[in-house]
This record gives sequence, structure tokens and C-alpha cells, in this order.
Amino acid sequence: MKKLLASTAIMLALGLPAVAQDYTPDPAATAGGTITVTYKDDVATLDPAIGYDWQNWSMIKSLFDGLMDYTPGTTELRPGLAESYEISPDGLVYTFKLRAGVKFHNGREMTAEDVKYSLDRVTNPATQSPGAGFFGAIAGFDAAGEGGLSGVEVVDPLTVKITLSRPDATFLHVMALNFASVVPKEAVDAAGDDFGKQPVGTGAFKLAEWTLGQRLVFEKNADYWRAGVPFLDSVVFEVGQEPVVALLRLQNGEVDVPGDGIPPAKFMEVMADPAQAERVVQGGQLHTGYITLNVTLPPFDKLEVRKAVNMAINKERITQIINGRAVPATQPLPPSMPGYTEGYAGYPYDVEGAKALLAEAGLADGFETELYVMNTDPNPRIAQAIQQDLAAIGITANIQNLAQANVIEAGGAGTAPMIWSGGMAWIADFPDASNFYGPILGCAGAVEGGWNWSKFCDEALDAKAVEADSTFDPAMAADRLKMWSDVYMGVMEQAPWVPVFNEERYTMKSERMGGEDALYVDPVSIPVNYDYVWVKQ
Amino acid sequence: MAAYLLRRLIQAALILLGVSFITFFLLYVLPADPVRQIAGRSATAETVQNIREQLGLDQPFIVQYGRYLAGLVQGDMGRSYLQKTEVAELVWSRLPATLLLMLGAILCELVLGLTMGIVAALWRGKAVDQVLMITSFVTVSAPQFVVSLLLLYIFAVKLGWFPIGGYGTFSHLVLPAITLGILGSGWYSRMMRSSMIDVLRADYIRTARAKGLTRARIVLRHALPNAILPVIAMIGIDIGIFMGGIVVVESVFGWPGIGQLAWQAIQRVDIPIIMGVTLVSAFAIVLGNLLADLIAPLIDPRIKLR
Repeated sequence: MKKLLASTAIMLALGLPAVAQDYTPDPAATAGGTITVTYKDDVATLDPAIGYDWQNWSMIKSLFDGLMDYTPGTTELRPGLAESYEISPDGLVYTFKLRAGVKFHNGREMTAEDVKYSLDRVTNPATQSPGAGFFGAIAGFDAAGEGGLSGVEVVDPLTVKITLSRPDATFLHVMALNFASVVPKEAVDAAGDDFGKQPVGTGAFKLAEWTLGQRLVFEKNADYWRAGVPFLDSVVFEVGQEPVVALLRLQNGEVDVPGDGIPPAKFMEVMADPAQAERVVQGGQLHTGYITLNVTLPPFDKLEVRKAVNMAINKERITQIINGRAVPATQPLPPSMPGYTEGYAGYPYDVEGAKALLAEAGLADGFETELYVMNTDPNPRIAQAIQQDLAAIGITANIQNLAQANVIEAGGAGTAPMIWSGGMAWIADFPDASNFYGPILGCAGAVEGGWNWSKFCDEALDAKAVEADSTFDPAMAADRLKMWSDVYMGVMEQAPWVPVFNEERYTMKSERMGGEDALYVDPVSIPVNYDYVWVKQ
Repeated sequence: MAAYLLRRLIQAALILLGVSFITFFLLYVLPADPVRQIAGRSATAETVQNIREQLGLDQPFIVQYGRYLAGLVQGDMGRSYLQKTEVAELVWSRLPATLLLMLGAILCELVLGLTMGIVAALWRGKAVDQVLMITSFVTVSAPQFVVSLLLLYIFAVKLGWFPIGGYGTFSHLVLPAITLGILGSGWYSRMMRSSMIDVLRADYIRTARAKGLTRARIVLRHALPNAILPVIAMIGIDIGIFMGGIVVVESVFGWPGIGQLAWQAIQRVDIPIIMGVTLVSAFAIVLGNLLADLIAPLIDPRIKLR
């Protein structure tokens, strides 16, 4: 036991992943008030095991808690429902000590049984959770079903022990995912399939009203276990609002935060007006937009061709198409992600060099191919820019403008030679370098129906990725990041992607909104961290 | 009458069956896999297969369609794949808003369209006729999105007469209803104009004139009821055209109707919702046509239902 405690101490001190112990909310913050947030689409579901889009992601964060959490406005882990945790020296056993006296919205106290139930539920195939795969490292995952996970054990009402089948350096991040939220069994049983409409959690807010297609009202959880928060009495989500209309209403003082952001057509106008631009907060996000080059289809099976395409794309110009709301990308990882290779310039924009490479590949006259793209603005415009860039080196790319689902299908089936990822570009589920590899660049995703649309599979890189993720020892944190950096540099050498840009986030708010800027570009709560923002009366 | 009604109802049932078959088939052959959308990006092949089996999507087309119909007969429209909510509940919660908007819009269409048509017919060939006909042409071809935003900007943002989108009170209804009304009124004005011109040429109008009746009485009492007949049939057809426009107008004005629901479901390949909305729309069109046919004899006794 002593050894365990020692290892925890090291873990906390060295911080891999970085663990922040406390957070001091804005001292000027005042409690009370209601804010209005708008969205174009109705909310799909608030069931944490199922919800997996940007809209419900941050809502679920406010209704539920998991064992781990993030310091507001950052990507630093901090304990959530777990008061503390210990990790065994071999990195296989995590023992979480729960906070006492935490209550669900239905008034019942949360216990270790609930943690086990929640993890069993999300990994049970019958739940059809899109997040089940994240829990693959827990022992017994492959046999998960009605019997639950053998690796999750209730030690006493406030202690839960999770055994892994392999060391996983990202495990604490996984426990901070919405999918790992703790839910009460009786409420899930009572609501049946409708739990997503009648959510019960331990979060800072509880659902007070949901009028389908019109509005949702979150009400402050007066019994919230974290003292002092939330500041707001309630948050009203009005759905079915076109972004342009939402902006007009914001300008009219009726809306506090347009959830879908500033519509592209209005972006320049807003930024040109100092009074409005002042209320726009800018921040990085863990996003990369890229073009996939299908390495199994000729002529993209030739490395020279893939490199030539990389050199032909004018990333600066594409960034301008989206009003400069991004920075040109050089590699799969975005700059704010740990493991990003500083100083790597990527393939240069070099038309002549690209032509020379094509000639080297025996394709001096170019070739004809297809570029798949999702049919919502601005993606078709970006595809046209890519098309022009390719035409300059003799490649004729015919644009396939399709609905999202059809692009995903073509990508998974491996029939699309090139895909512009826009609209479906990769945004990290959790802030760790590994999250940009597995499904989209690893061999596991390069199967029929997988999300690795390049169908790129390099066994050596895969092995290195596994090694990096097994490096759970905090003392090796720097080595681990170096390993990941090497993996992504290895990927770039083989050029299955053209990384195009890393999107920046812009959140606009009304004059009455208070709280530090970081809360408005919170990496895990988009558009804002509802628990910590407040209103000036 | 009873025999006619029975025949029409059987016809309607067959049409709905046909619509359900065609829609289901098109969604079946669609190159997009709903299971992939449900399973998400981190799913293993086993998870995908498991979900496919749970939803019965691994079954042949005829089995899937048969199951859907069997459910439908018992009033079960299925459960949304992604929201995991009963489709019937989703549709019912949004239907009143759409019906209200439709009612308001048709009223606007009729008032605007008929007035324009009558005026144009009475002053046929004059400048006012030409202006009205050009207007009607512009209104039917104007993009719905642009008109919606223009009205919203002028009357809600600039003048502040109406709320900027939303739902709940009469003032919320005005702008979206007028938008749809303006856009659809062109058809009615053209139809009304030609129908009115035909009637005004008829012998009984000449007789009425010869009797020395006032122009207002001739138009309102004698010409209008006869000229309006083709317009009534058109309302039935119009419900079908409406469904397209309603998607856009509902989105702009934040009107919580089934147009919005359908659009979101199409984006996510949520097949049970797409099926549900399509069937409800088809039902509305069939019902609209049937009602138009039933009302016609009440206005013109010469029409017999056979």
C-alpha cells in the first residue's frame, strides 16, 4: 500500500497527464441570472453513453460528472467524483476513492456501485454506445455484456478498483470522457430508452424542461458537490435557430451565446466593428482538417505522387477562404497538442517541385482522379481551391459533392481516392497525442468501414504507437511525447495525408457575460463552460 | 357518396403504401450506412456488426420492410437511431406547429393571390395587370431563404414590429406565414386571373350585366364562386409544394415544425425519422386532395361525386 501511495505522489507531482488540484473561480463572479444559448439543430440526446456531438457534449458535461474532470478552460486533468486515486506500480490497477455525500439529481447518494454500473452500461453492446471503444483497455472488455466488466470492482461503497488488461497512459483521460459519466441505475431503468430525454446525473445543472424542437432549460443544482458553482440560476437553450438569425438576436440583446458560432458570411462584418469584435473570444482547438490520399489506389500508391500533392496545395489560400479562421497545418497534430513537433515545417508549397516529383513517378502529364467532399459550406469552396491547386501540376480532380453520410461511406469502403475531411475533420476526444492516431491513421482503422480513409497501415508505426501508450510511468512523460512525435513524423514521411489547417475557435458573447476568456474557448466545453461563466447583473 | 369515399380511402391507402415502399427502398439502397453513424469513430467491427443485428439491418430488404409495415399497422413508427426516441413522439410534438404555419400561410396565399388575380382579370391588359403578373412571377421564383431573411430583417430587426423568430404567440406566426404566403401567392393569382377571365366572358355574366346589376355584385355574387373552383383543387396540391418551402422557412424563423426535423434526420441518415416524416407528409397531401374534392360539390352543385 505504501508503494501505491508513493507512486500516486509521484504521479501528482510530475503530472502525466498533468493533474491540477484546484481551480480558483473568478473572484468577481456573482451568482444568479439566466443566459440564452441558441442552436440550429435540436439536441439529439443527453444520455452520456450515447451523446457524441459538439452540441450535446458540453451540455452533458454540465449535467453529469465522471471520476475525472478538467480544470476549466484548460486541458489539465483534475479529480472529479474521485477524491483521489492510486495507480499500481505496473500501471494496471487504478483505485479511485470517491467523494462522500455526492448526490444525484434525484436525491440519492452516489456510490461505487453506480460507477461500476455506469461503466458496465456504456461497454454493454446493447447500449449501442459510440464511445464503448474507448474502454478497450479495461480487463474483461471483450466479454462485456449483461454480466458487466470483470475489471471493475466495488471495494467498498466509496472505493472502486479498475484493472486494465494492458497499461494505458491515456486511461485517466478516458475516465474524464462524457462516456464515463456516472449515472444512477434506477433512473436509467425507469426511463428505459428515454433516459437521454430524462437525464439524471450529479452535475452542476439539472434538466428542468425539454420542449422537443423548441427549448431546453437547465436549472442550477443547489446541492452540487463543488462549492460555489454553478453561478448561473439557469441556462436556456433555444433550438431551431438559423445562425444568421441567432446573430441578429445577439445584436438585439436577446441571446447571450450563439452556440453554432458566427456564421461565415457575417464574420468579416462582425470583426470589422470594434464594439462587436471586442466580444469575440479567440482560442485554439484540437482540430486538424486534412486531405486523405488513398494509398491502396493507384497512382496514390506511389510515394512521389503523395508528396507531390502535399507540395501542390496552397494552404495559406485555403485558410483565407474561411476568413483566416485557422492556421496552416504541417502535421497531423494541432500545435496546442502535447507531442506536436516544433520546428517541423511540413512539405513546402512548391509547384515546380511537385511537377518534378510527378514526372519522377512517370506521370509528367498528370492524371485524373476524384476528390470527395461534404456538400455544406465552406467545404465545396475549399474543394474547388484544392482542385485548382492540383490542376496547376496537371492533376484533374473531379469533385464529388455529397452528403456527409455518403462521404463517410465512400471513405470507409476505400473507394474514394481523395477526401477533404472538412465538416468531419478530426477534433480530439481528449487532449492526448494518441487520440489522433488509432482510428484515422492506424492499421485498426484501415479496414472496410473504418475511419482511416487513407487506408494507410504501417505495422512498425503501429507498434511504436502501442509502445507509447504503454508508457504510463510519469517519469517517462517526455519520452512518451517524443515517441508520439516520431510516429507522426513517420506518418508525414509516407504522406498519406495532406494536413491543411488547424481551425481556431471564435465564440461571441453578449455584453452581460462575465468570466475569463478561457471559459469561452474551453477545449472540452464548447461553446462555453456553463458551470463557471456568470452574468453581470 | 359512401361508395365514393370508400373508393378514395382505399386509393389513399394504396398511395401511402406505395410511398412507404419507395422511400424505404431508396433509403435501403442509399450509399450511406446508418450503423456507421450510430457506432461512431472508435467502434470496432464487432460493435458495428452487433448494432446492425440489434436493429435488424442485417436482414434482407423484404424482411426489414415487412417488419416496418407490421409496426406501422400497430401505430409504431419505430425509434430514432440516434436520438433513441419514439418517432411518433418526435413527429407529434412538431406537427401542431407545422399545421398552424400551413394554415396561416394558405390563408395569406389565398388573400394575396385571389385579390391579385381578380384585380388583374378585371383590368386585363392594363398596366396594373402587367405589374401584378410580373410580381406573381417574381414571388414564385424568389429564393425562400432570401425572402425569409429580408422580411425578418426589415420587420423584426429594423422596425421591431415582430419578434426575431421563435414560436408561441400570434405575432411569431405573422412573418413566416406571410413569407410562405407571398411565395405561394403567384400560383393562385395566375390561376385566379385566367379562371376569372373565362368566367367574365360567359353568357350569364353578360345577362347579369344586361339586368343592370352593379359591377361589385356581378363580380362577387356571380363570377367569383364560379371562378374559384379550380383554386380549391389547387389547395390540395399546394400542401405538397408547401412541404419543400416549409423546411427553409421553419429553419430561418426557428419554427419548430416537422420540416426542421426532416432536415436534421436526413443529415444524420436517421431512417426511422425520415420514414415517419415522409409518411406524415404524404398523408397530408392525400388528405388535402381528398378534402378539396369533397368540398368542390358544396360550392358548385353541378359537380357530382362518383
